[in-house]
Amino acid sequence: MRNALAIAAKDLRSQFVSPIAYVVLTGYLLLGGWFFFNLLARFNTLLNLYLSFRNPEAMDRLNLNEFVIAPLLHNLSVILVILVPVITMRSFAEEKRSGTYELLMTSPITVTEIVVGKFLGAFAFVCLMILLTGVYPLILVLYGNPEVGVVLSGFLGLLLLATAFVSVGLLTSSFTENQIIAAVSCLVTLLLLYVISWPADTAGESVGALLKYLSLTEHFGELVKGVIDTRDLMYFGSIIVLALFLTQRSVESLRWR
Amino acid sequence: MIEVRDLTKRYGDLVAVERISFTANKGEVVGFLGPNGAGKTTTMRIITGFLAATSGTVRVEDFDIFDDSHEVRKRIGYLPENPPLYLDMTVVAYLQFVGRIKGIPRARLGDAVDRSLQRCGLTEVRRRVCGHLSKGFRQRVGLAQAIIHEPSVLVLDEPTIGLDPRQIRDIRALVRELASERTVILSTHILQEVAQICQKVVIINAGRVVVEDQIGHLTQDAPLEEVFMRSISGGTSEEAIA
Repeated sequence: MRNALAIAAKDLRSQFVSPIAYVVLTGYLLLGGWFFFNLLARFNTLLNLYLSFRNPEAMDRLNLNEFVIAPLLHNLSVILVILVPVITMRSFAEEKRSGTYELLMTSPITVTEIVVGKFLGAFAFVCLMILLTGVYPLILVLYGNPEVGVVLSGFLGLLLLATAFVSVGLLTSSFTENQIIAAVSCLVTLLLLYVISWPADTAGESVGALLKYLSLTEHFGELVKGVIDTRDLMYFGSIIVLALFLTQRSVESLRWR
Repeated sequence: MIEVRDLTKRYGDLVAVERISFTANKGEVVGFLGPNGAGKTTTMRIITGFLAATSGTVRVEDFDIFDDSHEVRKRIGYLPENPPLYLDMTVVAYLQFVGRIKGIPRARLGDAVDRSLQRCGLTEVRRRVCGHLSKGFRQRVGLAQAIIHEPSVLVLDEPTIGLDPRQIRDIRALVRELASERTVILSTHILQEVAQICQKVVIINAGRVVVEDQIGHLTQDAPLEEVFMRSISGGTSEEAIA
């Protein structure tokens, strides 16, 4: 564990020494802020509209959770699909390219420790990202009355989603020494998992159910609605564990080439 | 000590080294020679546990590299051909990181880093970022990294490449000093270097050991250069005769 933490700290440090961390954080917060501002503006317009119509039924349906936080979380998840591969692309690819891989692999540490260390480093970074966007619901709580439980469940979903992205990113980075290939193949995999349920309604019952089960959005959507179901937690847990396991195998296999 | 027995490594159809055997004893500096592509780096990578051999065994301090890889790696210091530096770290931060993953307890880490810096003449650049160092300094940081955990076996892949004459002299002196209680294998293309610091010479050509002998014995009749040339060109004709 000590070794894993040493690697995690080293990786995290190197993100902040290079401009990557700042570019990613700035881009993420800029887009997040823009989404939040627009969603809130739309909410405000609707509120005024319904008030002027004296439509109590529509007024009842209008709430901050459904009209601001849920779409915000869905938008942020799309941004994460694009930004997480940028965070993880270096993890193994850069070590291989620069030769520091030889140092890691000849040190008295296990491959599992290396993988866990890399994972923790990237995980800490996405935690920071998501924590920073926690400012938006905080503003809503201060000036409005969203349901806090649903907000928390949604952010838990976002964190699980980002963690799963990180694991897939580590896997694709372990395949190559080219950072661009690592990032693009991660992005493509994540997008595929994102849209895999599109034909679910027309694909027949069993295939449709399978596609829905594989889809990131379906499981994420449940958490955003405030439904914390063990099936969804299991889904994210399985993706994370499976991707990390494959990463471990992929790193270990390099010895045997 | 290092004991290599019948080591073979294939990359697909390509045979990198074939049935290599040699030993290096404690207190000995073994010069590992051979033309480019002969298999020196592959052999060193197997000894350090970076690559797995196709067949054959390597024992380091009586631990098998395959069965007790962890124990072996604790006892080996390795300087690859390109020093494995994180170019965005300062020298001190880098050595602290290496010390940690090499298993040095936190309480002793500071001392280990200081000693390593001092030995390799890096004290005045300790706060510099590795990426801003000259090639000579990078090589020395690489060496500092290899010795930080006081390994009993050192594997150095061309440690003096790209250095100026004074740095070469310093590194050679350092290697000689380190060797007194350790086993050192170093690969090089500079034959003069071998004559100066090595007790033993192993020459490999096209993946096979062609010479393994004490240097005094080898250079009795002819200078090392001639021995080297003869062994790498004569290897095939000798085989033809045999």
